[in-house]
Amino acid sequence: MMKPVTRIQSRTVVLPTTDIDTDQLIPARFLTTTSREGLGQFLFHDLRFDANGNADPDFALNQPAADGCGILVAGNNLGCGSSREHAPWALLDYGFKAVISTEIADIFRNNSLKNGLLPVVVDADTLQYLMQNPGISLDIDVTQATLALPDGKTIEFPIDGFARHCLTEGLDQLGYLLQHETRISSFEEARQWKP
Amino acid sequence: MASAQTLFEKVWNEHVVVAETADTPAILYIDLHLIHEVTTPQAFNVLREKGLHVRRPDLTLATMDHSTPTTPVTSFKDMAVVVGENAARQVRRMQENCDAFGLELLGFDSDQRGIVHVIGPEQGATQPGKTIVCGDSHTSTHGAFGALAFGIGTTEVGHVLATQCLLQRKARTLALNIDGDLPTGVSSKDLILAIIGQIGVDGGTGHVIEYRGSAISAMDMDSRMTVCNMSIEAGARAGMIAPDDHTFEYLAGRPRVPQGTDWERAVAHWRTLKSDADAVFDKSVSIAADKLQPMVTFGTNPGMVIGVNDPVPDGGGDPSFRKALDYMQISAGKPLTNTEVDVVFVGSCTNSRLSDLQQAAAVVKGKKIAAGVRMLVVPGSQQIKKDAEAIGLDRVFTAAGAEWRESGCSMCLGMNGDTVNSGQLSVSTSNRNFEGRQGIGARTILASPMTAAASALAGRVADPRPFISQGE
Ligand code: SF4
Repeated sequence: MMKPVTRIQSRTVVLPTTDIDTDQLIPARFLTTTSREGLGQFLFHDLRFDANGNADPDFALNQPAADGCGILVAGNNLGCGSSREHAPWALLDYGFKAVISTEIADIFRNNSLKNGLLPVVVDADTLQYLMQNPGISLDIDVTQATLALPDGKTIEFPIDGFARHCLTEGLDQLGYLLQHETRISSFEEARQWKP
Repeated sequence: MASAQTLFEKVWNEHVVVAETADTPAILYIDLHLIHEVTTPQAFNVLREKGLHVRRPDLTLATMDHSTPTTPVTSFKDMAVVVGENAARQVRRMQENCDAFGLELLGFDSDQRGIVHVIGPEQGATQPGKTIVCGDSHTSTHGAFGALAFGIGTTEVGHVLATQCLLQRKARTLALNIDGDLPTGVSSKDLILAIIGQIGVDGGTGHVIEYRGSAISAMDMDSRMTVCNMSIEAGARAGMIAPDDHTFEYLAGRPRVPQGTDWERAVAHWRTLKSDADAVFDKSVSIAADKLQPMVTFGTNPGMVIGVNDPVPDGGGDPSFRKALDYMQISAGKPLTNTEVDVVFVGSCTNSRLSDLQQAAAVVKGKKIAAGVRMLVVPGSQQIKKDAEAIGLDRVFTAAGAEWRESGCSMCLGMNGDTVNSGQLSVSTSNRNFEGRQGIGARTILASPMTAAASALAGRVADPRPFISQGE
């Protein structure tokens, strides 16, 4: 059972880079784990730390202003690359609740939704505004699929109705699939073409 | 229903258990679930927590490839020494999970083991018209056979294990028309790099690509797999190619294909799997194959790519572009052909099949790789390793000064200890030149096996064509 996600109120941290891939989100050498817990320490590991393990003070997540920020704003095509679900697990464990970009790669977006991390796709002007104003507080209403800026302006964002339903109710999609057991069995039997 | 359909729509429609509605995604049936050690342990944990079993062990095929060593080991204990405790534990967990849930595992002691996307086709498990998924984005490889094949996350691996189904929204379609003959020295790797350069790393987002045209029809299956493999690098959900005689010849006689009259029936069905003449795609793009040259990447995503003799562009002041060039320690305005090379990697699910190894071997045969260059050749499967050794490719590589290894993902993502050192420049036949992909601080240039081999000889990034005309 996932915790229902209906509203996210938090400040933003901004990574202006485009095409942030899942290898940047969590490098492959941390994928040898057999659990999904505790991956936040590896989030953006090689951007946060140098080869000797010292934090890079210039990296946005290392700045004091980033403390407690639950919304990540990033350049176009966030989450491209591998299907590793360790990427949303690491973001969630670190404390992020939503990610915002003009485009979010398919598998990463799907993996995020399945774990209660909200992917928000906005237009280029909104992204530019968010990038120019890091640290502002946003109020995201998942039920309405709207994002409110501090000046009160409200922006709608697209989200699949079923995914939103699962998010706001905290529903497990496996449970939904299992309810269709009879349909699955009759499909298997009725198939004209069996591989 | 009677209207013209694309290949994707035909395969999709055959697998819809429950149709999608505005409120709910489709329930799509999965014919083949490939699993490996990295993206499954958490899914098996969920099955255990919920007291579920694997619905169709017969449609599930397991291997280990990502964190396995490429030096010979005979025990899990040996393995820990080579790849580290965590990776060895993950491999052992895979064995335990497959035992507990009754799954066939081509484990590290199996001679059918290899990279998951190499062994599916090799064993004949990959077939036209199937839906194929794996917790790995390069599952798109299997689309070369006219399968609908795509990568999924670990939660979805759990869904497929438990129900043999996935919740899916239907993707849009993108026709990529590629006509003309690829020139000598230019391979399907160069073609797909050029495509990604043209449409961009997000050019295929939300779409299934169908590759078509005379260049695709002329291609052998190894080359088609290379093209479909990198569909995900254009952001696409999947890549597909309509099955034809090349496909059926490749599959005939492989261990897991239908036999006898079932084979005849299968081929007859497979022949119907092509886009109807008047099928409509959401988007279409054309590329002339005969204009292409060997391609190399210069940045930190596969869309940052140029012809090997072309100057590196300056990106017009885009900060992400500049950051990429800084990371790569590459300056704009000049071609890459004088850039010194430290490591050459021939391998990965993109380019580790027999014909890839043959192309690289033809370049290095009878020559020595440049002093100071480390060249690693990693076949995609134990079967390919054996086949390559039978025709002497291992000796061609080792005589040239390269290392010849056991199969696995190896330096494609550096999980098993095969890594590029920080700051070193690698010319790699793999699919991702992301920052740190091949090791912390590693600088990766993606290229074809011929270009990689030529670069190993030259000690700098090199156009393979002069090496090919000298050879033979
Ligand atoms: S070879 Fe590389 S891309 Fe292919 S499955 Fe292995 S890690 Fe992934």
